[in-house]
Amino acid sequence: MIDIKDLHKSYQVGKNKLHVLKGINFHVEEGELVAIMGSSGSGKSTLLNILGILDEADEGSYHLDGTEIKNLTEKTAARYRNKFLGFIFQSFNLINYKSALDNVALPLFYQGMGGKERTERAHEYLDRVGLADWATHLPNELSGGQKQRVAIARAMASHPKVLLADELTGALDSQTSYEIMDLIQKINDEGKTILVVTHEPDIAQMTKRIVNLKDGIIIDDKKIEQQKALANV
Amino acid sequence: MFSLERWQEVFQTIGKNKLRTILTMISVITGIFILVVLLGVGEGMKNGIKSTFQDDAENEISVYDGVTTVEYKGLNPGRKVQFKNEDFEQISRTHASDIDKKSSMYRIWSGLISYKDESGSYRIEGVLPDYEFIEKVSLISGRFLNQQDQKATEKYMAIGKKVKDDLFGDKKALGKMVEVSGINFKVIGVYTDPGGEREESRVYIPLSTSQKVFGGGQNIRQMNFTIPKRDNYDEALAESNKIVSKIERDLKSIHKVAPSDASGIRVRSTIEETKRFYDLTSVISIFFWSVGVATLFAGIIGVSNIMLIIVKERTKEIGIRKALGAKPFSIIGMVLHESIFVTTIAGFIGLILGLILLENLGPLIDTEFIKNPEVNLNIAVTTLGLLVIAGALAGFFPARKAAKIKPIVALRDE
Repeated sequence: MIDIKDLHKSYQVGKNKLHVLKGINFHVEEGELVAIMGSSGSGKSTLLNILGILDEADEGSYHLDGTEIKNLTEKTAARYRNKFLGFIFQSFNLINYKSALDNVALPLFYQGMGGKERTERAHEYLDRVGLADWATHLPNELSGGQKQRVAIARAMASHPKVLLADELTGALDSQTSYEIMDLIQKINDEGKTILVVTHEPDIAQMTKRIVNLKDGIIIDDKKIEQQKALANV
Repeated sequence: MFSLERWQEVFQTIGKNKLRTILTMISVITGIFILVVLLGVGEGMKNGIKSTFQDDAENEISVYDGVTTVEYKGLNPGRKVQFKNEDFEQISRTHASDIDKKSSMYRIWSGLISYKDESGSYRIEGVLPDYEFIEKVSLISGRFLNQQDQKATEKYMAIGKKVKDDLFGDKKALGKMVEVSGINFKVIGVYTDPGGEREESRVYIPLSTSQKVFGGGQNIRQMNFTIPKRDNYDEALAESNKIVSKIERDLKSIHKVAPSDASGIRVRSTIEETKRFYDLTSVISIFFWSVGVATLFAGIIGVSNIMLIIVKERTKEIGIRKALGAKPFSIIGMVLHESIFVTTIAGFIGLILGLILLENLGPLIDTEFIKNPEVNLNIAVTTLGLLVIAGALAGFFPARKAAKIKPIVALRDE
């Protein structure tokens, strides 16, 4: 599903060049649930941005579902993001003047889906995350956990190949975090490929594989025994 | 670009940001309002100037007799030149192909006219039927003098509106008999003249009647001609100058006036005044348009600024949209659509307010130099066109900025 070879990325900081990713080799099969761990400055966010086609690598190759991601125009990048990827962010990133339903329907709008079908699909996914009754509510009327559920529904609605989650429990208390992770595990059990960037070991333990990043290289990559989130609730 | 969804989006954002939208709209409304009012006042000034300067035909040639100042062919200076009917007939005949309307005139500067108990002193002019067009009078009631009246030396009279008001008040004047120096004249027409009150306090009678009644014999005081209209000003001016010099040459040779004598016989053309008039009105137009457009421009820059702030404020949202797969064009479309919509609606309100003001205040302003301030449909449409362009312009730069926002930068947590 994801195939990365010898990936390099530097940023220009003032006069100095900051080498953030120093040759990453990384492979993810379909249906995997992977945690990318590392302290701040380890390059995990940069890696996620490149994986999310929000940023481009300087060197190396990146294949997503067999498609090479290279020298894309803004337009193609937008299309690929819409088609391949679903994003879940730490700060939810819902559009605050749109209802939960409209937020979920937004990626479908950019897919060019008709209004009626869009609403149906959005409803279906809100129902899946257990928020069918909250469809008309604005984000600021929802709790943190509910907001993240809406964000997950939004990420899922466009039927992406891969879900990318950036510190998705960072803004939640541990109780809520585990509930959200339970949802993620269920989605993964249905066969969806999911990448989770986190610096919390207990969250990482709930995935099936942990990749450790330090100073721009992968220092550790191992499959683990998955802990069920529900056991902690 | 104009799908229902886009409209919903626009209404949603506008609805969520009422204060911001209202402030934007106010700046555009003010701009358009001032533009419309300025253009209306400009038009009013043009109308005012028009009625002040343009009371006569714009392609008129007038010929006056006078007193010679140059010795010529043994004749002393200081000799009075007197035009006769035959002069007018000869000029009319010689230049028939170059002349459109023609009239000669015999004038009594001040004649006492009375009706019942009312009376007043007015200028009485004996003229030919064409004079109606040369002086540009328009009849309110009845008719002007005709060829038949001239031939039959009828004691008929066309009176100005001022004369009618003075002598008849609200009563009907048509068909009534008025007395001039003991002779009865029948009122056959009442006219108005764009020249205003001064020119409406005259009465016209047939030339033949005036010469007979007031002892003019064959004498005439002046001749008036118009030349056919030309397509452009330069052509008309050249034509006019040619005829002026020919008429002057002919008359000077008949009356033995030195070619260099400027006061024995005077030929004057209104076309040069017309030129001054056109120049003046176009200067006024240019002035008001530039001030108005500059005001509008200031409004547009205001909108553009606000749109920039909006884009800044929505950076994160735009980042989210891009992460969800919004194409750059769709972001540009979103911002443009909103700004065009806001400026057009606001502009429309400004336009309507401006029109209402002109409509209600316009008739109240009637000084000599501002008449009927108005905005015609053409200007209204032009303004609306300007608005849409303005909205697009005001939205374009912020939109382009918005489309360039990198999702990664926008989404970075503050």
